[in-house]
Amino acid sequence: MENLNDVYNELIMEHSMNSYNKKKLDKCDLCKMGKNPNCGDEIEIELKLDGNKIQDIGFTGHGCAISQASTSIMIDTLKGKTIEEAREIIKTFIEMIKREITDEEELKKLEDAIAFRNISNMPARVKCALLAWHTIEDMLKEQNNNKQK
Amino acid sequence: MNVEDIKKDFPLLENREITYLDNGATAQKPIQVIKAIEEFYEKSNANPHRGAYELSIEATEEYESTRAKIAKFINAKHSEEIIFSKNATESLNLIAYSYGMDNLKKDDEVVISIMEHHSNLVPWQKITKATGSKLKYMYINEDFELSDEEIKNKITDKTKIVGITHVSNVLGTINPVKKIIQYAHEKGAIVIVDASQSIPHMKIDVQDLDADFLVFSGHKMLAPLGIGVLYGKKEILDKMTPFLMGGDMIEYVYEQETTFAPLPNKFEAGTQNVEGVIGLGAAIDYIENIGYNKIHDLESEVVSYARQELSKLDYLTLYLTPNVQNHCSVISFNIKGVHPHDVASILDSEKVCIRAGNHCAQPLLRSLGIDSTCRASFCFYNTKEDVDNLVKALNKTYRMFKKYINK
Repeated sequence: MENLNDVYNELIMEHSMNSYNKKKLDKCDLCKMGKNPNCGDEIEIELKLDGNKIQDIGFTGHGCAISQASTSIMIDTLKGKTIEEAREIIKTFIEMIKREITDEEELKKLEDAIAFRNISNMPARVKCALLAWHTIEDMLKEQNNNKQK
Repeated sequence: MNVEDIKKDFPLLENREITYLDNGATAQKPIQVIKAIEEFYEKSNANPHRGAYELSIEATEEYESTRAKIAKFINAKHSEEIIFSKNATESLNLIAYSYGMDNLKKDDEVVISIMEHHSNLVPWQKITKATGSKLKYMYINEDFELSDEEIKNKITDKTKIVGITHVSNVLGTINPVKKIIQYAHEKGAIVIVDASQSIPHMKIDVQDLDADFLVFSGHKMLAPLGIGVLYGKKEILDKMTPFLMGGDMIEYVYEQETTFAPLPNKFEAGTQNVEGVIGLGAAIDYIENIGYNKIHDLESEVVSYARQELSKLDYLTLYLTPNVQNHCSVISFNIKGVHPHDVASILDSEKVCIRAGNHCAQPLLRSLGIDSTCRASFCFYNTKEDVDNLVKALNKTYRMFKKYINK
């Protein structure tokens, strides 16, 4: 594979091994566990809201470098955003991984998470990169459903 | 016959420049197996047991003569003790649903080892729950082996069924199945041996083992995917109720009642995987042509070399018995601080194919305090050069991760 270093780059390696986002929050508004039983990856994401804004996110758990880094970088990207903005970013990230969006301008909103664009060259690892994003997507969906009830 | 000559029989190994070390998952196929299937479809294809015309009779003969060949291969007393299935998993489910469901009673015990593949574990959870019996485990010691003491502690007068893998698909530990069978029989239990990981590497003799049931998949022993075998002692199989119902497993069908065919048809409902059976027959011919002695010599040279070279890498944790005579083909390891899936991806970039994950043995890995391992598994066509490629790729992986681990 020629693009190995595109995937295992400095940014991803740093986030995967020593993430400052790997922490328990004192208090959280939303919390969800994501797992990939196939690989044994398990992450728990906690989220604290300030009105409609994401004030803080932390994660705990274990997994491969790709899933850990993807979680940590996702947190950097989503912190400080409104829930609507976060939903849009999550959608864009998932579409980038599926190669449905390639437009640079559109991808800019992903900030550092754009580092995962080449993961589609490693099909076996796509689910690792998506674990945290699907987990937080479901978390926000559930929150929305609860609000409507 | 040297390894280079043998390798030439395997088109995939010639066509792809890879180091294939995932033989525990599935083995590559020799041209003789591929050709046998081709020839069947070109010359003999018909539905066995169905037609009265020559072609169908020929297909039946090929199908049934392979059954006889397998019986001889594992030294079964009778041909009809060989039942064809989809794979070892289906064979084990057949035993669990038919023998297990009918014979287990409340407070009986089923004893299996902690190193069982999910296929010899999950069905027993279901059947023991349904019958009110108990599922108990034999655990491994610090050498990744079952001790005599553990075997004797767990197999008791309450034990009715013992399930044991001949070779662990994670650890490569060879279990003392003959001893387990002897002890279980003293206690009045029957024993099911999962030979999926052993039959590609060593001679199986069901009469010498005195196994009550023995199962394996074809695809790990050079045969096509989707064909498996269940061996059972005739006197036990005769008393068992059918597992799957349908065509070819019946005698007379009335509106409300059915009588069933005798062995082996009783357990082979519906049109069977005849190409798989033909391919399995060709795989057995291939193995017998090389001979298990030669296979053992070729493999032990490469596997010993792998044990030696991997032991030199101090960044690795090996899950490996120190007793060479109790070890076969499979080596599990981890790079300390690096997830096995990352290791496998980086090895893949060096064209080294290994398996990473829980290997369908979650309870075993949990008992070892881990979620997953990297696993290299060997076949007689592997060489020392394959081991060198593995080591080189591992060194590259370690170099990439070194500065980030435990910073």
